[in-house]
Amino acid sequence: MRYLPLTHDDRAGMLAKIGVDHIDALFADIPADKLLKSLPKLPAHKGEIEVERVMGRMAARNVSASSAPFFVGAGAYKHHVPSTVDHLIQRSEFLTSYTPYQPEIAQGTLQYLFEFQTQVAALTGMDVANASMYDGSTGCGEAVLMAHRITKRNKAVLSGGLHPHYAGVVQTLSEMAQADVVALAPDLLAGEDLLSHIDETVSCVVVQTPDFFGNIRNLRAIADQCHTHGALLIAVFTEVMSLGLLTPPGEMGADIVVGEGQSIGNSLNFGGPYVGLFATKSAYVRQMPGRLCGETVDAEGTRGYVLTLSTREQHIRRDKATSNICTNSGLCSLAFTIHMSLLGQTGLKRVAEINHANAVALADLLDGVSGVSVLNTNFFNEFAVRLPSNAAHLVEQMAARGVMAGVPVSRLLNDGGLDDVLLVASTEVNTDEDRAAFVEALKEVL
Amino acid sequence: MLNRQGRPTTPGTSVTAAHLTFTGNKALAQIEPLIFETGRLDVTGVDYAAPKPFKSRLGGLERKSEIGLPGLSEPEAMRHYVRLSQKNYGIDTGLFPLGSCTMKHNPRLNEKIARMAGFGDVHPLQPVSTVQGALEVMHTLSHWLMELTGMDAVALSPKAGAHGELCGMMAIKAAIAAKGESATRNVVLVPDSAHGTNPATAALIHFAVKAVPVRDDGTVDPKVVAELAGPDTAAIMLTNPNTCGLFERDVVAIADAIHAAGGYFYADGANFNAIVGKTRPGDLGVDAMHINLHKTFSTPHGGGGPGAGPVVLSERLAPFAPVPFVRHTDEGFELVEDTDQAAQHGAHAFGRMTAFHGQMGMYVRALAYMLSHGADGLRQASEDAVLNANYIREGLADLMSLPFGNRPCMHEVLFDDAWLKDTGITTLDFAKAMIDEGYHPMTVYFPLVVHGAMLIEPTESESRASLDLFIATLRDLAFSVQRGETERFTGAPYHAPVKRMDETRAARSPVLKYTPPEPILDAAE
Repeated sequence: MRYLPLTHDDRAGMLAKIGVDHIDALFADIPADKLLKSLPKLPAHKGEIEVERVMGRMAARNVSASSAPFFVGAGAYKHHVPSTVDHLIQRSEFLTSYTPYQPEIAQGTLQYLFEFQTQVAALTGMDVANASMYDGSTGCGEAVLMAHRITKRNKAVLSGGLHPHYAGVVQTLSEMAQADVVALAPDLLAGEDLLSHIDETVSCVVVQTPDFFGNIRNLRAIADQCHTHGALLIAVFTEVMSLGLLTPPGEMGADIVVGEGQSIGNSLNFGGPYVGLFATKSAYVRQMPGRLCGETVDAEGTRGYVLTLSTREQHIRRDKATSNICTNSGLCSLAFTIHMSLLGQTGLKRVAEINHANAVALADLLDGVSGVSVLNTNFFNEFAVRLPSNAAHLVEQMAARGVMAGVPVSRLLNDGGLDDVLLVASTEVNTDEDRAAFVEALKEVL
Repeated sequence: MLNRQGRPTTPGTSVTAAHLTFTGNKALAQIEPLIFETGRLDVTGVDYAAPKPFKSRLGGLERKSEIGLPGLSEPEAMRHYVRLSQKNYGIDTGLFPLGSCTMKHNPRLNEKIARMAGFGDVHPLQPVSTVQGALEVMHTLSHWLMELTGMDAVALSPKAGAHGELCGMMAIKAAIAAKGESATRNVVLVPDSAHGTNPATAALIHFAVKAVPVRDDGTVDPKVVAELAGPDTAAIMLTNPNTCGLFERDVVAIADAIHAAGGYFYADGANFNAIVGKTRPGDLGVDAMHINLHKTFSTPHGGGGPGAGPVVLSERLAPFAPVPFVRHTDEGFELVEDTDQAAQHGAHAFGRMTAFHGQMGMYVRALAYMLSHGADGLRQASEDAVLNANYIREGLADLMSLPFGNRPCMHEVLFDDAWLKDTGITTLDFAKAMIDEGYHPMTVYFPLVVHGAMLIEPTESESRASLDLFIATLRDLAFSVQRGETERFTGAPYHAPVKRMDETRAARSPVLKYTPPEPILDAAE
């Protein structure tokens, strides 16, 4: 077996040295009647050729995003990732290292985490960011619990524009943690009245911008109302690229900013692994979940980096920890950092402009199709369209014609009465030909 | 003193100290500034053509401020991150005996397969008809996990081990609620030897944590569990093999005691890699157990993630598994994505752990690893992991102290610091001296139940020759301790890219991001 260096003779010699005559002597603590007598009923080992063949067969049953005009978003986005990124994250010293508990031989990981935290803080307009969360949705759940710790209240108000999966994660976590959630109805046109729900019992308000339906939201009034009543504003994003063009939540008064970082550096991967971005104000840093990297010096005064403020964490505090989180999304945060370092603010602004331009171009085309209307007055790279027919059905028909048209809202909100609404995303990878194919296929199926 | 190549190693013969370099670099050891110190705001390493003029629809919320993030050209970025990588120790660098973390070889075939367009470039919300192969991966992985654990169901979506713990404990909480016992059944028993994530997870969802003292041999006593368990007991969270590297030999009696009290048995599966193909948690009375795909099934640790923590569930917890899950029907694979849909299939899903469907990239890698090993190879890997750990135990038992006596261990061997008593050398010092010898240290100061713990897990990926050198090195260090060569330890590491880091300073006044220095003003201005 190619992954196991020990030979038969090695094993025999080692057993002799240990002083036992059979490997099962080392498993003697397993109750004899529970020790398996035969192998599990699973296939035997395979060589690379066979494994690649079996897995390749399964891969071939999926339609990849690059193989079709692709407009699917709703929280995960098809973007171009520079070749450099994937090459670098596969370097052994990054790929096969562990959480940097021994900082003297983990400065590579620690320094990029420090760069990552700096980038996330700058993008979101916040004071500090952590070393990443599992993804945006779990980060959102953690942000709500953090707000409860800070305010010593336990009621969260969720905007109807919050991604339904994010709302689901918050609701599940809150129910289990015996905290209250007020979830507003799906808010297709960003017309909800959040302000009236904010009072002295509310710990936090969770608002996404651009929201699930693509609307860009001004958070200032909500932030003011929150702060008047001692509550916190948690601003959420699922498309980090939007921060290249939009006013960052930190400048609109957000107390915690959390979102999905997949768009920068990371592939679609059928939903994971992704990278959660999490930022807040300096005052709240000790209530933050997750790993934090900080600057320090070594015994000779040379600058270096370590994991810090670990007294918040489970391995020290056990049941008093701020969260049970043990890992970040290391390699995905590295991909983010490398891609962001290549872009710089100049490149990020440019690619964000292209996203917006492509989305505007597509919206204009779709608005021209009879029976179809774009619902958003403003958006970044994704918007909602109303169709004259069922969106889920239409998406399947479009897929049969080789166009990945978007996400039917009903897939995530099946009781929202929004069966005729389709979310359409367009990024820098889309071309004029893609858009023409979309419109042509749409006309055919309508 | 001569090293094994016969070259002198005596300090004082070196001339490097007299030759400080102009750059501060030492040949391959390069000093590397932060990107914020070398990048420029107007530089970008990605070429995109400007869009044709168009009418913006951003609703007046355009960013007015500078982001303030510099860019790097491609060659600069390449060099920067390559240099950073060279300051890291990975499994591919050398033996990485980090106990409880299972730093085994990460096959590159897995990386190749995860990057196939049909896996890496597929969106989670594409029409289900266009992702049948992805759902087949999830279904097949589930089958392997159920077969290897002897359990009835799998919740794949948790994003890491601790997230899997949370998922398993949520399923237990939901099952208790379904029986109408939420008000009274709210205590979770956690042995002192447990990972910190166990009590943190239980507390996160408002269980009260009751500690279970570990008996003198490092294992949990079922009589103590029976005494502590009662009508208020929701569950026990037991790691098996435990964090002392020992199989809980009374696991069946512990399970019986918990079940008799009406509670559930949560097993922390962090150490499942020791027993794959040897015994099945399902046969031991386990109700829920997470599996760290990045430990047992070789997905890369990546410097701290991403992990993946699928949870296997017993028959009585299976109905409460979260959404989403995959169903195999005559028409193919389907994805059940919300609790209403789940209810149509008779399930009482407790909710959702994460957006989308979990760590698909890790499912692919883990499945490729399973297929590569097969049933025979997976069992052999566990046996080799245990053999290697015992070989190290045997090689060091006369010099270092074993807190629970010199008896067989599982995949990791635990020493304490009794043998360092009155030497002026701590566990941490010893660990740092290992760095100088080219090794990543073992896990130190965990588990908490022994003083100055050193937990060594070699994994099955090491050859006998590699183990022999490792043992010889630790023996040499131990002899050095005996000779009173304190400086070799207290000043270590001497040869790492940086000297020992000041962690206290970092925590006292945290600097968590780069801030540009104040501009130096010209005196004439």
